[in-house]
Amino acid sequence: MQDDKAVREALSKKGAYGADIDLDRYEEGSRDAEQISDLKDSKYSAYMEKVGVIADEMNRSGTLMFIDNAPSHCSSAVQEGLEMMPLSQALKVHDGLKDYMWKAVSPTKDKYTAKSYLEDSDGYFVRVKAGYHIKDPVQACMMLDTDRTIQNVHNIVIVEDGASLEMITGCSTSPHANDSLHVGVSEIYVGNDASLAFSMIHNWGKETGVRPRTGTVVGKNSAYTNNYVILNPVGTLQSFPSCTLDEGSSALYNTMCIAHEGSDIDTGGLVYLNGRGSSAQIMSRSISMGGHMCARGRLVGNAPEVKAHLECRSIIMKDGGSTSAVPELEAHVADVEMTHEAAVGKIAQDQIEYLMSRGLSEDEAVSMIVRGFLSGSINGLPAELQRELDEAISQANLGD
Amino acid sequence: MTEMLSVVDLHAEAGGREILKGVDLTVDQGETCVLFGPNGSGKSTLMSTIMGYSNITVTSGQIIFKGKDITDMPVDERAKLGIGMMMQRPPNIYGVKLGDLIRVASPQNGEAVLADADKFKMSGFLDREINVGFSGGEIKRSELLQLTAQKPEFILLDEPESGVDLENIDLIGNKVHDLLYDSACPGRGRHVSSLVITHTGQIMDYIGADKGYVMKNGRIQCRGNPLELLKEIKKNGYGECDACRMIRL
Repeated sequence: MQDDKAVREALSKKGAYGADIDLDRYEEGSRDAEQISDLKDSKYSAYMEKVGVIADEMNRSGTLMFIDNAPSHCSSAVQEGLEMMPLSQALKVHDGLKDYMWKAVSPTKDKYTAKSYLEDSDGYFVRVKAGYHIKDPVQACMMLDTDRTIQNVHNIVIVEDGASLEMITGCSTSPHANDSLHVGVSEIYVGNDASLAFSMIHNWGKETGVRPRTGTVVGKNSAYTNNYVILNPVGTLQSFPSCTLDEGSSALYNTMCIAHEGSDIDTGGLVYLNGRGSSAQIMSRSISMGGHMCARGRLVGNAPEVKAHLECRSIIMKDGGSTSAVPELEAHVADVEMTHEAAVGKIAQDQIEYLMSRGLSEDEAVSMIVRGFLSGSINGLPAELQRELDEAISQANLGD
Repeated sequence: MTEMLSVVDLHAEAGGREILKGVDLTVDQGETCVLFGPNGSGKSTLMSTIMGYSNITVTSGQIIFKGKDITDMPVDERAKLGIGMMMQRPPNIYGVKLGDLIRVASPQNGEAVLADADKFKMSGFLDREINVGFSGGEIKRSELLQLTAQKPEFILLDEPESGVDLENIDLIGNKVHDLLYDSACPGRGRHVSSLVITHTGQIMDYIGADKGYVMKNGRIQCRGNPLELLKEIKKNGYGECDACRMIRL
């Protein structure tokens, strides 16, 4: 059991990275939400579509939606092996679930996790039972709908031994809830011989603060993919999701960001390679359109025969912001192969002109290179996400 | 014959160094002109200057294409006017697929050319990032596939046969031939003009050549029958060109 006193003390503990946010500026988000039975008729459908959440749920195994701090929709195609419901409800049904609570993310990590813990935040619970492969992605949508409030959610995803799941989560802000704060604690458990592709697409407001805290625990011989996409303006976003890998498992972190003017983004991935023969790749592609961008990556090799690579590439399209790439490698045994590369700069003129020599205008050439840069050179994106991403990139107004 | 391209007393520099020191050259419509010259004489720079690459600055002189002064024209406008280029070492374009570029750049006949990609031995490359990890021969075939979709009226070919193995030389030679000749109308002869850099002259077996230029030290040193020039260069090297020019002067 957690010592509540220690957690209360952690309420004043600033995050390790990113600007400190005064939690007292915000009201607690509402715990009551309108229940939506048909997503496509709801006023939120347009926002959902922008973050990869399909309102008519075609080719989706199920949808969970939260508005502020309350569940507002939960539906799933009848599919054996898949369970999804609000966490509050899951805790009533599953006695064993408390063994998964606050095990991948520590409540005393910082003020944001402490806040979630002390408020006993609700969130989504998704579980795939051992041996089941869920064909279509499960989608979750987090809507921030009230200005000056904190959305404080706690999510748990469990993919048991021999099971597989693809999950797409979209986070969005209503235009009138621009000055709000999203704190999401997500604890993700992937068993042995299992796989999970977890994709997060975001569309926040220009002043929105975002401090997600994500921890993933991966068993033996499993694969975990974490895709993080933010292409539209945000106030301040800081996230450094972490993952521990057991024997023979792999993790792939893909980050695709555009830092618009006024945006401050600090994100990346941290992987502990604890099992023999585990492997990890952290790939970051970002563009600064005058905003601040920090791409972080940290790989820690704790076991032999570990292979890991980290790659941060950043294009600066507009002056006025800053871009930093912070790659870190740390090894505690001799038999590891760990590498990193980082590059920051403008788009090479010869690349633009090469495309122009085929008849593309300069703008067309730049946009083609930028699109390719953000998504095309990253391998292992689910086809579904690739389509969403192409759509989002084309709407991201890169010329602005 | 009408003049397709004329380069008039062209001076240009790159990296603060003058590379073209007064180049004069013409290519007529339907004509194939071969450009010989030792390494570092400025041949590739001349081609990049004609295409409009911005790493080279024209300091004086003119480039006239189809009667239009294109000296200060951006690359894409030159391409739209009908100039195409087969680069020797094109840049890697990370994340952009070859097939996508062809589709976007040539909306009219891109799809048809892509359907024919196996004839260029390129069907396996359409989903690959442009030039990334391509071998020498693969780069040539990729460039030719793109140019075939682009259909330029005037093509700059920078050493089309260099680095190509014997098995592929036929394929490349024939595809360059197809770019220059209208296969739908064999009687029409060659209708696309070109300027071709070659060291071995091998490509001439496939496309013929009407005129030869020898470039040395940033200038056109000599012009004449391409086959005779090649014979002379093979026998005596470029040293003889200096002597020859001195006599002529």
